[in-house]
Amino acid sequence: MSALLEVKNVTKRFGGVVANRDVSLTVRQGEIAGLIGPNGSGKTTLFGSITGAHAVDEGDIFFEGGSIAHLRPAPIARLGLLRTWQQTRIYGEMTCAENMAISAREAHGHVFSLLRPVPAATRRKGDDLLAFVGLHEKKDDKAGSLSFGQQKLLEFAMALMNEPKLLLLDEPTAGINPTLINGLIDRLRRANTELGVTLLVIEHNMRVIMNLAHRITCLAHGEVLAEGTPNEVRDDRRVLDAYLGVA
Amino acid sequence: MLDNLSLFFQYPPLAADVILNGLLIGAIFALAAYGMALVWGVLNIVNVVQGELVVLGGYVTFLAVQAGLPPLLGLPLSAAVMFCLGWLIYRAIVFRVVDKDIFISILATFGLSILFQQLANAMFGSDVRTVDAGLGSLHLLDGTVTLAYVKLLAFVLALGAGGALWLFLRHARLGQAIRATAQNPRAARILGIDTNRVYAMTYALNGALCGAAGSLAVMAWTIHPYIGLPYTVRSFMVVVVAGVGNVAGVVAAGLGLGALENVAGFVFGVEFQIAFVFALMVVILVWRNAMAARKRSYLE
Amino acid sequence: MSRATFPRLSDWHIAAVLALFGLAGPFLLPTLATQIAFLWLMVVFALTWDMLGGRMGYNSFGNIVFFGIGCYAAAVIQRDAGLPYFEGLALGLVAGAVLSVLAAIVFGAAMLGIRGHYFAIGTLGLGIAAGEIAAGWDYVGAGSGMALPLYPGELGERELFFCYSLFALAACCFLLFRWIYSTRFGLALNAIRDDQDKADAMGLRTTPIKIVAWSLSAFFLGISGGLAANMIGFIDPRDVAFAGATYGVWMVLMTILGGKGTLWGPVLGAFIFHVTQELFWTWLLGWQRVALGLLIVLIVVFFPQGIMGWLAERRARTAS
Ligand SMILES: Nc1ncnc2c1ncn2[C@@H]1O[C@H](COP(=O)(O)OP(=O)(O)OP(=O)(O)O)[C@@H](O)[C@H]1O
Ligand SMILES: [Mg+2]
Repeated sequence: MSALLEVKNVTKRFGGVVANRDVSLTVRQGEIAGLIGPNGSGKTTLFGSITGAHAVDEGDIFFEGGSIAHLRPAPIARLGLLRTWQQTRIYGEMTCAENMAISAREAHGHVFSLLRPVPAATRRKGDDLLAFVGLHEKKDDKAGSLSFGQQKLLEFAMALMNEPKLLLLDEPTAGINPTLINGLIDRLRRANTELGVTLLVIEHNMRVIMNLAHRITCLAHGEVLAEGTPNEVRDDRRVLDAYLGVA
Repeated sequence: MLDNLSLFFQYPPLAADVILNGLLIGAIFALAAYGMALVWGVLNIVNVVQGELVVLGGYVTFLAVQAGLPPLLGLPLSAAVMFCLGWLIYRAIVFRVVDKDIFISILATFGLSILFQQLANAMFGSDVRTVDAGLGSLHLLDGTVTLAYVKLLAFVLALGAGGALWLFLRHARLGQAIRATAQNPRAARILGIDTNRVYAMTYALNGALCGAAGSLAVMAWTIHPYIGLPYTVRSFMVVVVAGVGNVAGVVAAGLGLGALENVAGFVFGVEFQIAFVFALMVVILVWRNAMAARKRSYLE
Repeated sequence: MSRATFPRLSDWHIAAVLALFGLAGPFLLPTLATQIAFLWLMVVFALTWDMLGGRMGYNSFGNIVFFGIGCYAAAVIQRDAGLPYFEGLALGLVAGAVLSVLAAIVFGAAMLGIRGHYFAIGTLGLGIAAGEIAAGWDYVGAGSGMALPLYPGELGERELFFCYSLFALAACCFLLFRWIYSTRFGLALNAIRDDQDKADAMGLRTTPIKIVAWSLSAFFLGISGGLAANMIGFIDPRDVAFAGATYGVWMVLMTILGGKGTLWGPVLGAFIFHVTQELFWTWLLGWQRVALGLLIVLIVVFFPQGIMGWLAERRARTAS
């Protein structure tokens, strides 16, 4: 399997805080990769660096072999690299169906190509994806009126609407009703296998990530602490210590 | 225009006169800007009616002098009257928009600005007013540099007020409550601070600062009903450049703006001085945003 | 939400009534032709402001700049081109539209990256700076403004001409914007309003979208400036062309009064505001502008959701 995303020796500082130090990580084409680490270990910061929210201080980032470290969020998204947010970001005053329509890949086009109504096919696809995440009956509700968990699902569906090659998910199960988590794991897998989206998932829920990911990277204090298969990472003494606050 | 520019450089005493007079006027801008920084920092409101408070403060001194009071007594009087007016404005209007969307508060205070501007016009007429403080002028360099003593007074008072404000915020009980509220209103409420009262006092204090600035403006310069908005924009610019919580920066930026404006008025002609003030603000915002964008952030 | 419980006028009913009023009104009420013409001008003001303020979430106090550019472009062309009245007017309107759009592109590229209250105050500065520059610039008459050529037709015809021209402009603006809001471009504007960083991160080309939106507003404001200048017959830099404290604020006020970001809100707000103004203003004898300030404060503080917003709230309440 070839590398889709390569993060090479990335360091990111916020003032005096070193949020990421010399982080390297590879996501291979077609896999589900996991990113774990205690609170404040720099996982979200790494997502920000990858998707162009902020410039990195050192190191480089490659997507499909080309450097993207100097690019801004929109061009990176148009390359097919997308993220979701821990606190969810959706268009609150628009309906769910509108949220889906404007998230379609065609919306990347030049301004004047936007001066056309939403094609019926796009609308249908939006409906299908809303049904896929179980929000079909909320279709005409304002996105801002949804619960936090439902907004997370909507944001996931919006990302799929954009047909990314690689999707970075920041804690997709946070705030989701525990009885629905298994269903969500199943959907993440199906997005990976049926829609062909490579995933990099930040997750605090160990049961979820051990189940889902093919390979896991663990961050602690902004540095890569361990990486390997779920079993290897789970059995790594240092990972346990990091979570218990010993390291 | 180019003639003026070359004159400016070839004849240093003239340049000194223009720059020094500008610096002294800048002290008045700094005074109004303290108030804006205070209201911005504590209430999280851009107070568009700021300039009208300055102008009304000027009218208080003007009327007091017409009624026979000595000009210098007009200064504390203006501050006191505008303190009360500030408190009233807060109680009547501003408290209703404090935690709303920031555009609502801008629009509401803009409405107040139009209201006061037109009220001033209806009540005091559109004439340009000034008050002779009766202090005379200081002449330097064989009379090429003329500095009115009242401008020097304004300068000293503005610096003094800045220092007093700094001490007040640091040491007085109310000042500490104001700072606590500015940092985190919810935590301040939990600590038993009556934030609504803090907001009212802050806004009233802003009124007093504007009143003092207006009183100095009418003595050292002129006022008329429509000159308020430039004061608002000057205060806004000064706060944007200096930062909300930076008293020393506000003084420096205010003085700098005064000097720059006076030089621009001299070079481009007085008829373009107001245009310069507004255009400068636009340029500052665009420039700051461009700088922020390079770091992939933005002003908000 | 069920709509059936609330019988609603369809858009087409309202549009038909308005069109009838626009076409027959000036004939039936010839003495009011000028007031009706100003009404359509107000509709253009509110519709163009709403494109940014309501749909895109960029609250501009500077849209008056494009109106002023339109005024001066027409006045200068009609003064200097040496054409007969109607040819000069036509050329002037084209020039006004083009210059306004160019200005929107330049200002947009510089200023549309600025957000929130910085944008609001920045555009306020832009409008006033433009007025002050015009007031000091001799080529455009400086502080004494510019007079426009006399309308050549018969008495009474002039009012009808401008009334119909401005009606046509308002109608075109409404129909074009209505269509635009039904396209993906309209959704993109809403997305920028709701969360611009998200829109960016989803790959939307937000900067060109914002500039095109402002240019569309500027286009109609530029033309309306040329027409209004000819209708009034005289432009003063601060009180007509770059009248930030009247027209510039009215734009915002009318849109908020009617309801930001809704199809009919700006039109409704313009009607209510203009009719109120024409009916009651004369009674106020010189206190009109004081009353305007008060009105802004009251509407913004007590009725920020606007009429359409209020209706929607009511409907939601009765439905649930
Ligand atoms: N914009 C910022 N400015 C300053 N410091 C920041 C910023 N963003 C993150 N940090 C700091 O960087 C460190 C890493 O934060 P980050 O949000 O990346 O952690 P995380 O692993 O996502 O944590 P969590 O599991 O709680 O989401 C923290 O110490 C945080 O305070
Ligand atoms: Mg995080």
